[in-house]
Amino acid sequence: MTDSTAAALPGPFSALWARLGRLDPRYLVSFLITLILVLGEMRYGILGGYDRLAIALGVSVATELVLSRMLRGWFANVQSAYITGISLSLLTKPRADLLWPFALGAFLAIASKYVLQYRGRHLWNPSNFAISLLLVAAPASVAILSHQWGNELATNAVIWCFGLLIVSRVRMLHVTLTYVACFLALAALRSWIIGGPMLAEVAPLTGPMYQLFVFFMVTDPKTTVSTARGRMIVAALVAVAEMAIRLAGDYHVAALAPLYPAPAILALAIVGPVAKVIEIYRSRNVRRET
Amino acid sequence: MSPLPWRRLVVAAAFLAAAALVIVLNRRTVRAGASPGAPSFHFTDVAARAGVRFLHHGPTLDPRLDRVAPLIASLGAAVSVADVNNDGWPDLYFTNSRFGFPNALYLNQRDGTFVDVAPEAGVADLNRAGEGVSMGAVWGDVDNDGLEDLLVYKWGYLQLFKNTGNLRFVDVTERAGLKRWMNANSAVWIDYDRDGLLDLYVGGYFRSDIDLWHLKTTRIMENSFEFADNGGKNLLFHNLGNGRFEDVTDRMGVGSTRWTLALAAADFNGDGWPDLFLANDYGPEELYLNDHGRRFVLSRAGLDQDSKSGMSATVGDVLNRGRLDAFVTNISERGYLFQGNNLRLNFLPELGRFQQGAEGVLVDAGWAWGAQLGDLDNDGDNELFIVNGYISADRNQSYWYAMSKIAGANGSVFEDANSWPAIGNASLSGYERSRVLKLLGLAGWSDVAAAAGVTDEYDGRAVVLADLFNRGVLDAVVANQNQPALLYQNTLTPGHHWIEFRLVGTQSNRSAIGAQVTVEAGGRRQMEIVDGGSGFASQNDRRVHFGLGEVSTVDRVVILWPCGSTQTLERPETDRLHLITEAAPPKP
Repeated sequence: MTDSTAAALPGPFSALWARLGRLDPRYLVSFLITLILVLGEMRYGILGGYDRLAIALGVSVATELVLSRMLRGWFANVQSAYITGISLSLLTKPRADLLWPFALGAFLAIASKYVLQYRGRHLWNPSNFAISLLLVAAPASVAILSHQWGNELATNAVIWCFGLLIVSRVRMLHVTLTYVACFLALAALRSWIIGGPMLAEVAPLTGPMYQLFVFFMVTDPKTTVSTARGRMIVAALVAVAEMAIRLAGDYHVAALAPLYPAPAILALAIVGPVAKVIEIYRSRNVRRET
Repeated sequence: MSPLPWRRLVVAAAFLAAAALVIVLNRRTVRAGASPGAPSFHFTDVAARAGVRFLHHGPTLDPRLDRVAPLIASLGAAVSVADVNNDGWPDLYFTNSRFGFPNALYLNQRDGTFVDVAPEAGVADLNRAGEGVSMGAVWGDVDNDGLEDLLVYKWGYLQLFKNTGNLRFVDVTERAGLKRWMNANSAVWIDYDRDGLLDLYVGGYFRSDIDLWHLKTTRIMENSFEFADNGGKNLLFHNLGNGRFEDVTDRMGVGSTRWTLALAAADFNGDGWPDLFLANDYGPEELYLNDHGRRFVLSRAGLDQDSKSGMSATVGDVLNRGRLDAFVTNISERGYLFQGNNLRLNFLPELGRFQQGAEGVLVDAGWAWGAQLGDLDNDGDNELFIVNGYISADRNQSYWYAMSKIAGANGSVFEDANSWPAIGNASLSGYERSRVLKLLGLAGWSDVAAAAGVTDEYDGRAVVLADLFNRGVLDAVVANQNQPALLYQNTLTPGHHWIEFRLVGTQSNRSAIGAQVTVEAGGRRQMEIVDGGSGFASQNDRRVHFGLGEVSTVDRVVILWPCGSTQTLERPETDRLHLITEAAPPKP
């Protein structure tokens, strides 16, 4: 929904839309991820234990506070850590008796913002980095959220509606839509290439992992490029990289097997930082020339 | 160096250390539970030497299911134990699952060998077009005539065979009122109303209106990977005692339509009435508590919090606490899914629920199927034998990625088999090695399979434990899908004592199915129940076996018969099998 269409709404809704627009976008995103958490836990027990949430959230927030104080001299807003903690507790599905993936994942996610920087800017979405690392480095211990969402249309619809509204309000709808459009087009292409059912190729988009991905990761303003056009290109490139991983999976390329459980997340982990580095490098050169 | 760069270095070092720790802890996860040394028991596959040359053949289905046929046709290898001719030696019944391929009844020759007598006995040729194919079998003396009768559950019509003696069986299905088409993968005998007659509970998998060879639709699959409720309806048949059974499912409230893969019956809450425990695929486990034989009540009992893929239900006093616990196998695959096996420790009396007790190597046994508890080394503690592996085809191709595409989709998508990616010749959790887990006290469970000689990588489905050669030692028999059966003979290091009981009911059902036997020896208590069907597609010997370690005397044995009476044996002799007949009730 654009501002112009919102203006056409009845007065109270239009005013609410405008007020939401003045909020720190992270509050809206926090609301959405909390909604997913509450819905998922109430209906499906998606967490698999409140200890997982407590650890992921606690370590994320504590790491953010400690590292920001140590390295910047002040305590950072913990909104980002809150989003990261919940994302990790939802997306990480380790072996049932293991809690360390939540503690280490949360620490690595937040610490990556302070350590993996290029010219003062961090490169990875924190959750994206931590989950990618855990999946690749600890496959015997960690899996990704896959079907723990009841496979129900109604829950999907609620999340998609709120998600689209909120990414629209934080002005990232173009990223989500670009990615989704590219995914669908490439799904059709994959279906044609491998000769499999189209529905099977589209199906991942309705899964819980993708809802978190399209609303929280690929749209993260801190780790994508600065222009709308650039962000759309990056989103399209992520979809293309994901397609490459998926095709490799379809053709059983053994060397890329660690990437198959979460192609979208790992595609973003590869494409996102490269795009960010190129943009920072180019903007530095432009400034120097100026 | 200024303070800021110094701090940056500290943070960077911590970051690298955390990343390294992920790798180290992952390696520890892989190695956790590795055997510290050779156990005091060793298995040797003697199937060929013993004459057990059974090769399972999976079903061929409607061609409309071809793209996912290996996924669907992956069930049917089953094994159950019974002394069919009352000679005191356990015999073995294996099921086949393809039209024209016979089931086998291996009669124990008492010399370490077996002979298949199924054709002469009339229980071989059961897999016929129009009739369905076998998925498993359970034995029980339904008419209390002293001979074990046979119920074969199928994707097709149930079949009940009356044992007429002299190794002959007669199909009495129609007369018994059991001619019902079900796509069943489990059944258990249970005397739920304690009237001394064995009743029958059968678990439906696919809906019963589906004929897998003549499909009207390809919308036959589960409607959720977590909370599917479109499976076959489970049925409870009450034994009327005149050779007939009555369908009492709705009246008793046990018509679950989850995708039940395994059943067990035992008195979990200690009220003297046997309850029903269901392991459901694509859904949570269910416990139906028996309300004095009048009805069953679905209890939450802490089972609804984990929705997984229950494959097997094993009941036993796992930790020798005097309680009947349940062990349920599930699916684990690196990177994709860690559902983890469930050890449901029974805290129903105190907390009204089970507590999860699975940890370490017990949690992950791959794509696990049948499991059985038993004291394999006669030391007085339980071991767990778990078989696993789903589809072993091309080692270089895995279906996991393809399946992960559809796993998160809306249920109405994958309910249609035509929406699934074709599996071709790919494996799916194939070539997994069976697990033999030994409890090492506070150190937890340790996998001793390789050291104990269990090294096969077959697609195991069912496993039973039985003292096949009357030596006071539990051997293991494994039925593998599309592969040969294994007969693991157990060799023990001498020095441990044992005791076994064969129970004969008089007021209770003659097979004594459901009886609880508690042995008190050396200050310890062990409890076992007489099995009416447990694990996955399997049934152990009706004889119960207890290891005693170095304790050579048993103080007391308490038998709680299915009808509710208690019988106590003082200081029975050890290292032998006791035949115990249920005492007549005291005269008023």
